[in-house]
Amino acid sequence: MLEIRNLHARIVDDGTEIIRGLNLTVKAGEVAAIMGPNGSGKSTLSYILAGREDYEVTEGDILYNGRSILEMDPAERATSGIFLAFQYPMEIPGVATMEFLKVAMNEQRKARGEEPLKIPEFLKRVKDAAALLDMDMAMLKRPLNVGFSGGEKKRAEILQMKLLEPKLCVLDETDSGLDIDALKIVSEGVNALRAPDRAIVIITHYQRLLQYIVPDSVHVLYRGQVVKSGDKSLALDLEANGYAGVIGQAA
Amino acid sequence: MPAVQDTIDRVRKIDVDQYKYGFQTEIAMDKAPKGLSEDIIRFISAKKDEPSWMLEWRLEAYRRWVTLDEPKWARVHYPKIDFQDLYYYAAPKSTPGPTSLSDVDPELLRVYEKLGIPLREQEILAGVQKTDASELEEASDNVYKSGRVAVDAVFDSVSVVTTFKKELAQAGVIFCSISEAIREHPDLVKKYLGSVVPTSDNFYATLNSAVFTDGSFVFVPKGVRCPMELSTYFRMNEKNTGQFERTLIIAEEGAYVSYLEGCTAPQRDENQLHAAVVELIALDDAEIKYSTVQNWYPGDAEGKGGIYNFVTKRGDCRGHRSKISWTQVETGSAITWKYPSCILRGDDSSGEFYSIAVSNGYQQVDSGTKMIHLGKNTSSRIISKGIAAGFSQNTYRGQVSAHRKATNARNFTNCDSLLIGDQCGAHTVPYMEAKNATAQFEHEATTSKISEDQKFYVMQRGIPEEEAIALIVNGFVKDVIQQLPMEFAVEAQKLIGISLEGSVG
Ligand SMILES: Nc1ncnc2c1ncn2[C@@H]1O[C@H](COP(=O)(O)OP(=O)(O)O)[C@@H](O)[C@H]1O
Ligand SMILES: [Mg+2]
Repeated sequence: MLEIRNLHARIVDDGTEIIRGLNLTVKAGEVAAIMGPNGSGKSTLSYILAGREDYEVTEGDILYNGRSILEMDPAERATSGIFLAFQYPMEIPGVATMEFLKVAMNEQRKARGEEPLKIPEFLKRVKDAAALLDMDMAMLKRPLNVGFSGGEKKRAEILQMKLLEPKLCVLDETDSGLDIDALKIVSEGVNALRAPDRAIVIITHYQRLLQYIVPDSVHVLYRGQVVKSGDKSLALDLEANGYAGVIGQAA
Repeated sequence: MPAVQDTIDRVRKIDVDQYKYGFQTEIAMDKAPKGLSEDIIRFISAKKDEPSWMLEWRLEAYRRWVTLDEPKWARVHYPKIDFQDLYYYAAPKSTPGPTSLSDVDPELLRVYEKLGIPLREQEILAGVQKTDASELEEASDNVYKSGRVAVDAVFDSVSVVTTFKKELAQAGVIFCSISEAIREHPDLVKKYLGSVVPTSDNFYATLNSAVFTDGSFVFVPKGVRCPMELSTYFRMNEKNTGQFERTLIIAEEGAYVSYLEGCTAPQRDENQLHAAVVELIALDDAEIKYSTVQNWYPGDAEGKGGIYNFVTKRGDCRGHRSKISWTQVETGSAITWKYPSCILRGDDSSGEFYSIAVSNGYQQVDSGTKMIHLGKNTSSRIISKGIAAGFSQNTYRGQVSAHRKATNARNFTNCDSLLIGDQCGAHTVPYMEAKNATAQFEHEATTSKISEDQKFYVMQRGIPEEEAIALIVNGFVKDVIQQLPMEFAVEAQKLIGISLEGSVG
């Protein structure tokens, strides 16, 4: 489903190369974990997947369902099924969360040539999804992410992910800022999305989340490259021995 | 809901250039020769069958106007206007003063339909009244609940249709064209006309006093809550006619009225001049709410054409505990020069100004308000949201002053500007002056650029760039949108989106 080939990317503003020859393949139905120390380029990779213009791809390609997405803008990538749960979700003052959900869902439907959702159907979907994530409907009347706690923001990201039903989900540090109860709820929410036609990429630098969302593959990202790949035991190994060993091998 | 959606769809379909209302209607016009002179003023006055005192009033204003110079202090630039090269009177040639729908030129009704704007009003014009509960329920998705709006439509210079007159009359409310008021209610007009904006007030107001052709008149008597929203749609049609409306609204003791003004004008290469005067008078315990959605032709992508909008709007809180509230959504016009103001004369009176001014392309906006505190314990509130895109310049100009005797005057001002792109400008020019030590004035101002982070986030949810910007901008102006009557809120949001089209990419 996702194939990243020898990707090189730099910051447009100052030309610093952040992604330096990265290769990664994730199949439909697969849950892949990307781990790595702070500053290794995990968030940057997620932004590049989603089409952020601050980065320029200088070499390599990103194939999604066999097609390059490099020419697509963020909205086109989103409507084609790519979703990014942000490490730091943005606040949108004055726009009620409900309103935002409605616009996003209907814009995606429009792009697919579907009718906008009728209000009762929309409300039902939101209520069901919010209940699963143990979210209060009153919160959804507030402007999106404005004054939300760290944990609330992360839940709101997963809520959006559930409602938009993407095919490629990228979760950037969704576990940070969540207490253990919230972590369980969010993990259940993510697990419920596991499906044969959907790929999930989980970015984290702790093993903790992977106890709840058990990955099919684990990849270590360091200095803009995948330096090691393995199965879920790799995550346990990293937890026990730190990144030093893996990084040392790579260096 | 259906009506509003309908309108929006219709507006979208009328796709002439960027400007969705750019078409011209072929209706026989009755007009005065070009230029301005005492004779033209006599012509206008005669056409309108005015009493001699009105003619004298106009002539006096004209004589003063010829001695005045155009003001230069606003941050707007435009080639000199040749006031002798304009037509000052143009009336659709139709049966004068139609009283029922069948009297109205069908072409005119088609114009309204094409405009798509007066949606419900059209229904109302057609005698359709929304009372069906199920329909109202469907509409409850934050659109409109009242479904009842009385319209006074100004087509170029003459008020064409006034609806709901009967029901209003039962309540004792007078809602008619100013020309009719001059004939039918001369005492009221004499008493109040020019009492807030005197003929000598400023260059454009003086010009307006000399040549005004039509506008609305509202009188709500003591103790009456006007049973419906009153609404006017202005539209300029004939080439090279300046439009000079004159609106006068009076709320007597304890009265309440909410008035909506909507404006639109067809697309043209040359600039059209518009210089209206609006006067509001609130007596003891009265309240007037005046809302405007202005989307006149802003000119084309190169800045050619568009309306020059030089407007004087002022409310006089003449009575104790009276209240006047201005809400405006300004998206159109090539040049906007407009400062709806409140004179807080009565003790405990209050004034409000809520404004959204969107500029794109080469538009120039210089708008704001004046809050003049004269009485004791008066308060005012100013919320201004300026959005500049393209090559536009957007200035907020505000004045808050407390008179020597205005003890405990309070003002809160919040002025936020949002920039889209880096070719446009936003400017804030606040003046504050307190001659009484007990005055408490608070001023907050921010200028921000639309954040790339926010835009990326919104687009990542599948919302295309222009819609993403419209969404963020609508969030930014939420505080003001909430002040609009339900009927206008949704429409205003769509208009903001439409007027920002082409601001990116
Ligand atoms: N837009 C940017 N401007 C400047 N530096 C950046 C930018 N984006 C990423 N970086 C730098 O690139 C490196 C990788 O960052 P990031 O992708 O956030 O790492 P991670 O998510 O793995 O912690 C860091 O050194 C970070 O400071
Ligand atoms: Mg990160």
